[in-house]
Amino acid sequence: MAPARTEREVLLATRGLTKEFRGFQAVRGVDLDIERGTVQALVGPNGAGKTTLFNLLTGFLTPTSGTITLEGRDITGQQPEQIAHLGVARSFQITSLFDQLTALEHLELALASPTGLGRRFWQSERRLATFHGRADELLDQVGMAHPAHRPAGQFAYGQKRALELALALALDPKLLLLDEPTAGMGLEDVDRTIELVRRIATGRTVVLVDHNMHVVGSLADRVTVLQQGEILAEGTYDEVRTNPDVVTAYLGQPHA
Amino acid sequence: MSAFIQYTLQGLAAGGFYALAALGLAVIFGVLGVVNFAHGACYMLGAVVSAVLLDVVGLHFWPALVIVPILMFLFGVLLERVFVQWLLRLDVLYNFLLTFGIALVLVDLVKRRYGVSGLPYEQPAGLRGQLHLGSLSLPTYQVFVFAFSMLVCVLVWLLLTRTRIGMIVRASTEEPERTRALGINVNRWVTPVFGFGIGLAGLAGVLAAPFRAITADMGGNFVIILFAVVVIGGLGSVLGAVVAGFLVGLVEAYGQAYASSFSQIAIFVLMALVILVRPAGLFGRQETA
Repeated sequence: MAPARTEREVLLATRGLTKEFRGFQAVRGVDLDIERGTVQALVGPNGAGKTTLFNLLTGFLTPTSGTITLEGRDITGQQPEQIAHLGVARSFQITSLFDQLTALEHLELALASPTGLGRRFWQSERRLATFHGRADELLDQVGMAHPAHRPAGQFAYGQKRALELALALALDPKLLLLDEPTAGMGLEDVDRTIELVRRIATGRTVVLVDHNMHVVGSLADRVTVLQQGEILAEGTYDEVRTNPDVVTAYLGQPHA
Repeated sequence: MSAFIQYTLQGLAAGGFYALAALGLAVIFGVLGVVNFAHGACYMLGAVVSAVLLDVVGLHFWPALVIVPILMFLFGVLLERVFVQWLLRLDVLYNFLLTFGIALVLVDLVKRRYGVSGLPYEQPAGLRGQLHLGSLSLPTYQVFVFAFSMLVCVLVWLLLTRTRIGMIVRASTEEPERTRALGINVNRWVTPVFGFGIGLAGLAGVLAAPFRAITADMGGNFVIILFAVVVIGGLGSVLGAVVAGFLVGLVEAYGQAYASSFSQIAIFVLMALVILVRPAGLFGRQETA
């Protein structure tokens, strides 16, 4: 039974968010409201500012001006590891796994990170093994329990993307940011990934960047269209798709 | 045959110095992205400090083996805090030049204070003379250096592969941003890792003190060979640094024994061959080439 939707609650909000690189405004004056429990897609052509926006939200870039609030708390200018601790997890566009570490080690690294590891760096592997149960669960969830003990360097592309998702989930995030989860995938893998994201998005808040309109249409509750660093349109997939501005700007043009 | 075994041992002992120092260089490069040209000077400083401590306070080899690396660790922490950290965000060339400058300053300071003729250092008690194994007779100290440096390499290897800090170091070496996104404060490990690398160079210096001429210039040639070691092993690869360290020690020893005029060249011929066949080094990842 779905809980009764009372008030719409904003989990993450940006106001006037701007990032300038040597005079070039990659993101300008973005006001974004991400509601709790929704899947919001960010779309737009290359250079529209999607990845910059992601990097701002996760602390990898510091905004030139504007604010970011998470649950009403100002997190502007916090470091990436602090933001991760506050419950914002991200996946990366270009798979950035640790080739030498096994799938299990990846998850142990992520699972142990909120436990004040700093002073316990000598923890043996046996101590880390307490995370095995949870790690197995996560691998199972993304459908890759099988190769848990192999180094990620040996994984097939689809497996890498799945592990990437499991890693983000390991932080048990309030907000999950997925940067092109289907980038570089064949059709079959795309459909499988849509299913996977749908499953893990249940009960979570997700912001998703993807070029593939099929992915966006299948998953997103709301769509934000960016153009040259600004919000061009916002609404449901169907609203946005029929928005004349958007039609002229993108959908008439072919893109991958 | 017995001569060959002696050359091999000599090579493995020299390789132990290279392996330890290269290990430090590799860890520093991996985590900080700093090509530490002052590594040879830190090796020299390890040997000089051992000699001075022996002379001034009568600190013998065995306690020096523990105390000098700790002092060098602290020296590394100081270097990182005072100098290196400010250039970490810039191109790697800046820290390369900085550490090159630090090396020059350290060498000249030592020359100024202790001159250019070598400092004396006795072989430690218990490690003098020859070890007799059947018909073989081997210099005890060389056997010790080889065994000890292997032991330290294995311990560092276990530290890197079996502990959480090791996992963090390996992770942040490969993908620093990814590691931070998992909520791990990578910056926290930068200073201790730099100190650790310098400590290893200092340890190689202590081991070299009873065996090599202790002069201000002993690190100059050493650091050049060290870079050959790291290139052969694969930049940033810890296993590669160790294997290549011993390999280069052997090549050098055989070169000196059988073709002395080519012994130095042989190392760089080896390096050139490795680069031609495997541009990323023996254990380097190909895509980082």
